[in-house]
Amino acid sequence: MIATPSIRRRKRSIERIVFWAFRLGTYFVLLCATYIFLDIGIKGGRTVFTKTAPFVNLKFLTEPPQTLYVFDYQGKKMELSHREFRAWKATHKEEVDATSVAYSAGGIWPCIVGTALLVIGSMTVALFIGISAAIYLSEYSRDTRFIHFIRVAILNLAGVPSIVFGLFGFGLFVIFFGWNVSLLSGWFTLGLMVLPAIITASEESLRAVPKGLREGSLALGATKWQTIRKNVLPYALPGILTSSILGIARVAGETAPIMFTAAYAMRDEMPWQVSHWTNFFFQGVMALPYHIYVVSSKIPQNEYTERVQYGTAFVFLVLVMLIALTSILLREKQRRRLSW
Amino acid sequence: MVSLIDMPQILPQQLPRQNDRPAEEAEPATVMIDVRDLDFAYGSNQVLHDVSLDVPPQAVTAFIGPSGCGKTTLLRCINRMNDLIENARITRGAIHLGGIDINAPAVDVVDLRRRVGMVFQKSNPFPKSIYENISYGLRIAGVNKRSQIDEAVERSLRGAALWDEVKDRLDTNALGLSGGQQQRLCIARALAVEPDVVLMDEPCSALDPIATAKIEELIQELKTQYTIVIVTHNMQQAGRVSDYTGFFYLGRLIEFGPTSKIFTNPAEKRTEDYITGRFG
Repeated sequence: MIATPSIRRRKRSIERIVFWAFRLGTYFVLLCATYIFLDIGIKGGRTVFTKTAPFVNLKFLTEPPQTLYVFDYQGKKMELSHREFRAWKATHKEEVDATSVAYSAGGIWPCIVGTALLVIGSMTVALFIGISAAIYLSEYSRDTRFIHFIRVAILNLAGVPSIVFGLFGFGLFVIFFGWNVSLLSGWFTLGLMVLPAIITASEESLRAVPKGLREGSLALGATKWQTIRKNVLPYALPGILTSSILGIARVAGETAPIMFTAAYAMRDEMPWQVSHWTNFFFQGVMALPYHIYVVSSKIPQNEYTERVQYGTAFVFLVLVMLIALTSILLREKQRRRLSW
Repeated sequence: MVSLIDMPQILPQQLPRQNDRPAEEAEPATVMIDVRDLDFAYGSNQVLHDVSLDVPPQAVTAFIGPSGCGKTTLLRCINRMNDLIENARITRGAIHLGGIDINAPAVDVVDLRRRVGMVFQKSNPFPKSIYENISYGLRIAGVNKRSQIDEAVERSLRGAALWDEVKDRLDTNALGLSGGQQQRLCIARALAVEPDVVLMDEPCSALDPIATAKIEELIQELKTQYTIVIVTHNMQQAGRVSDYTGFFYLGRLIEFGPTSKIFTNPAEKRTEDYITGRFG
């Protein structure tokens, strides 16, 4: 049957409405993302960059947080960090009525270091356990009911909220193992959190390695482990790396798992200032996401805290992007070398 | 035959080399692989029924037959590649290689596979350099002496008639080779560990006629040193390269004998029908 002109017109307008609905949906997402990036970029940029050389606020990147003192002095508004304020008081006899704002002077260096340490440690834990588990599941295990159960359990683990991981880590590592609030507790808690994603993706990359390579190796008299080590794992690693990109971003970004297990709101010593090297693993650290949480919700808000909030968020975003970029470049390089 | 001095002796007593087999051995010297009353099943699906044949040494034996007749399964029984498949097993009978039951518990499958090389239907060079491809088998066997590996790489590539084409680019990725070269690389890789037997599973099925001709020529040269078993779909190929032919149909060995006899004067009607192209 041939459609009448009016039906044809109606069809065309429906077509157009649907098209625009999808298009607007996409634009909306884009708009939100742009707003977030611009907001953080502009407001955070004011903290991180300076108008004069070297154009980057080195203090903010290399100093620990300090309390900010704000006061009027001879009609001039003074903003001094705790240390500067003490030095100023030593040379000035006048009593001033200073307002103190916590964490709003100095910088976020210990948080950057802490987050880096948490990421490195937890990814090491997660990759080691995750790749081992993936090798077992895809190369060694037979398709039994028990293995099926394990797979379902891993998938479910991926859906567990991060706060639950945090409490689990608190119960197991901090209290039961007696590791206290420490890097070690944080590493294992964060590691366990990203483990399901890493196992699943590693298994997929292992399965993507052609069967012919395994058979070819075995037919030459290689053992199973030799085959996996020399002729399967090297080709699966780029894919496993891809999965760890998301893992890194998530480990760096989560606050809930570390707030009970690894993060301190404020700490004066840097992580390497420990009395004995073994203590390194048993110290809590400051971390970027937890710092944002603290300065945004644990202290009274004003224009001075906003600076550090946006500044920290900006640095945080840039760092995560850099990590992701590095991994992507690394992966592309590997991929060019291996193609079949 | 050149012997690898530093290579761990493969199955020292269990699988003696063809040449130094004790004289009192019951097995006649003219049998390399002895398949006896073999039944094989994938789960409950029996794919080989009562197969018995003797593969003579230093000759080319071809398995022919229509798809799904079990010829590849039998080939993969000889180096126990079927061990990798879940629920696949020999349900009756045995395969002896040089007088030793290859499925005996005392036989190490890794040693067996070093003595029985395999070339696959789909050429599977490793995504490594040509040199690394060839040296792979030696390295996993624990050979680390550079001079010894260099020598083996050259010998194997010459053996597979590939040396002149690749000698100037041993460090380039093997995946850059043409299809025919890749398959000859796989043959060279199998030769590098000095096997006694080379199994070939339709080695030319993905190659053009010129590359196929080269491989067939190569097989003729190799049979002076190795026992070769080849599975092929191509009857002309079986006729050209093999000395003995086994015709399989529906999991049974219908006829086995010298190729000239199978192709000119088969005893079985079904063999004749298949060879003359009446089915399959």
